[in-house]
Amino acid sequence: MLARAVGAPEITIVVVYLLVVGYLGWLGYRRTKTATDYMIAGRRIHPFVMAMSYGATFISTSAIVGFGGVAGMFGMSLLWLTFLNIFVGIFIAFVFLAGPTRHMGHRLDAHTFPELLGKRFESKFVQVFCGLVIFLFMPLYAAAVLIGGCEFISTNFHIGYEVALFVFSVIVAVYVVIGGLKGVMYTDALQGSIMFVGMVILLIGTYAILGGVGPAHDGLAKAGEAPNLFGGIGFRGWTSMPEFGWGEKLVPGKQPNPTGYDLWWIVVSTITLGVGIGVLAQPQLAVRFMTVKSKRELNRAVLVGGIFILTMTGVAFTVGALSNVYFKQHETVRGRLISLSGVGKKPAEWDWVIAKKERGLNLNKDGTLANPAIGPDEKSVPCVLMHLDTTGSGEADTHLVYKGYGGAAAIMPAASIEGLGEGEDVASRIGQQVVVHPRATAYTRAVVEKEGKWEFNGDSIIPMFITSAMPRWFGLLFLLTLLAAAMSTLSSQFHALGTSIGRDVYEQVTGRHGRGVAVTRIGIIIGIVIAVLISGYARGGYIIARATSIFFGLCASAFLPTFIGGLFFKRTTKAGAIASMVVGFVVTAFWLLFVKDQEARALGLCQALFNKRSLTMPLATPISPNWHVVDPIVVALPLSFRVAIVVSLLTRRPSEEQLARCFPSQAKTS
Amino acid sequence: MRWMLGIKDIYVWLAYLLCILSSLLCVVYGLVTWNRGEEAIEPDDRRWAAEEKKVEEEL
Repeated sequence: MLARAVGAPEITIVVVYLLVVGYLGWLGYRRTKTATDYMIAGRRIHPFVMAMSYGATFISTSAIVGFGGVAGMFGMSLLWLTFLNIFVGIFIAFVFLAGPTRHMGHRLDAHTFPELLGKRFESKFVQVFCGLVIFLFMPLYAAAVLIGGCEFISTNFHIGYEVALFVFSVIVAVYVVIGGLKGVMYTDALQGSIMFVGMVILLIGTYAILGGVGPAHDGLAKAGEAPNLFGGIGFRGWTSMPEFGWGEKLVPGKQPNPTGYDLWWIVVSTITLGVGIGVLAQPQLAVRFMTVKSKRELNRAVLVGGIFILTMTGVAFTVGALSNVYFKQHETVRGRLISLSGVGKKPAEWDWVIAKKERGLNLNKDGTLANPAIGPDEKSVPCVLMHLDTTGSGEADTHLVYKGYGGAAAIMPAASIEGLGEGEDVASRIGQQVVVHPRATAYTRAVVEKEGKWEFNGDSIIPMFITSAMPRWFGLLFLLTLLAAAMSTLSSQFHALGTSIGRDVYEQVTGRHGRGVAVTRIGIIIGIVIAVLISGYARGGYIIARATSIFFGLCASAFLPTFIGGLFFKRTTKAGAIASMVVGFVVTAFWLLFVKDQEARALGLCQALFNKRSLTMPLATPISPNWHVVDPIVVALPLSFRVAIVVSLLTRRPSEEQLARCFPSQAKTS
Repeated sequence: MRWMLGIKDIYVWLAYLLCILSSLLCVVYGLVTWNRGEEAIEPDDRRWAAEEKKVEEEL
């Protein structure tokens, strides 16, 4: 089945690509051209290679497919994240953080992020705690990267998501286990270059299809004026920020809307701040700075990195938003109409496409179903779906909303079929070749089937756009782009994950220094398995962006004050570091388990302990407006910074010997 | 307004502009500091690199 769906050209190109990557890895191994070899030999890595390697590690399928899909749902307001990616993730990180990280890492002989913090504060607890957090939560981020690749493979090659997950996981696991863990810079640089070329073509192609920059944005602004699925939570169009406010939104003559400002908080706090700031405390990125020879390389890498990140997330978010214009105004789907479903007079006969899926969304206080036509854990929209065979395989591979029912009609697409007369029943075309104009938004176009139910899937937006709008050859190039993006990030993620459990936890706890390699390897395998399991289970909605944000936000709240304090403030003490890390972690965990509605419902602990799905939103209607969508980073990060400062000021200053070890200037004066 | 490239909201347009400006900042910074920051390799650096290589090879 796979061989039929994925033709010989696809398999050939992927195999050739993997062979080239493998060859480069082998070459790097034979000639020992890892970053450390350069340093041992006293030579420089070319700044282009350094920047591309960092960029390829930073940017993954999560950013391109996941966050690009969120831009398809919520619009170009996501460009604030691109701004932070460039300004914070490149400029601040390279200009201010990278040099001190490198110096301190080398002086303290630290080889992992937890080890750097542990040695800076002379604390085994700091190292073990940091290692455990990375080991336990990195699989969530790795799963986000995996899902991004699988969504594209599944959509572009018309194969099941599970098959795509199996194939992609095997490729990644082989790559990671065989050679991806070695920091072979040239492999990363090749992957970065492929990503760059792929995204540039995507941007030019998209603007060309939509008639140029101005007309494309004009079209997007006009398309956003129509009623939208997200109108109730503050959506105001794909070229506008969501409506800002706090509390209930008051509209004259209508009931107050407690969720009227939710989208602003989702876009700004969860999507933008979590990842935008969290990048500074990413373990797999921070260690990259240690592999650099001098500040000069970092300076030069800023130039390449700034352009690279703009080309990655800037393009992904712009194209994601613009896909709405394509789907609404330009898309034409040709194929055989296999069937229509959801046609009927009673709600139970309609197709209910899941727009949101969380525990107890459709339950009344007494446990009865608010809408008996759908399940307890979903919010769904009633539709008629068309199922088309566009590949000639005889099976339906494309599922389009034909129309919505009742109140949903205005916010659902009204597809048209060429040549269908007024009053003519669409069912009369079943079995025939049809030309359909779906007229959908990006989100309502992204209909997928999961476990026998239909769902709108934000993570399918970019794959569907590429498959539908771009030529076939670009689909192949984009596959390589995503493979490159995923493999470069995953290898560094699993490296950080493995060393965190082997070197930072096992060796520190047992005292068997240098004996943690086997544990590291086992940790990597466990990490891969967990990431694959999460990828299989958690598909739907916009899980890629959410999972990534959780990990980035957690890293920011738990590690950033300690990292910044450790690098720049000699007065930061061991007690301050420990208190800050624990507070950042505990507050984030509490917020996710009990306050932030979507996560609290999914995790279920609040339900088990208090018989409420979340403390702020026990039913479908929130009791405390907006808190249920505010990201933990908004609360946890300021708190952990304050705790670091206050506890450090209240405890004894680190010894002069330790400060002399950490700070060169201290050594000279003491 | 043409100068807003069809983007309706000033805050989204600002984000679009800041993306480009921050990239330009990176380019200008990179060019201006292209030859600055050369540092000699210290014994600490060599020791670190040797240990890092050992860690990589063991893995």
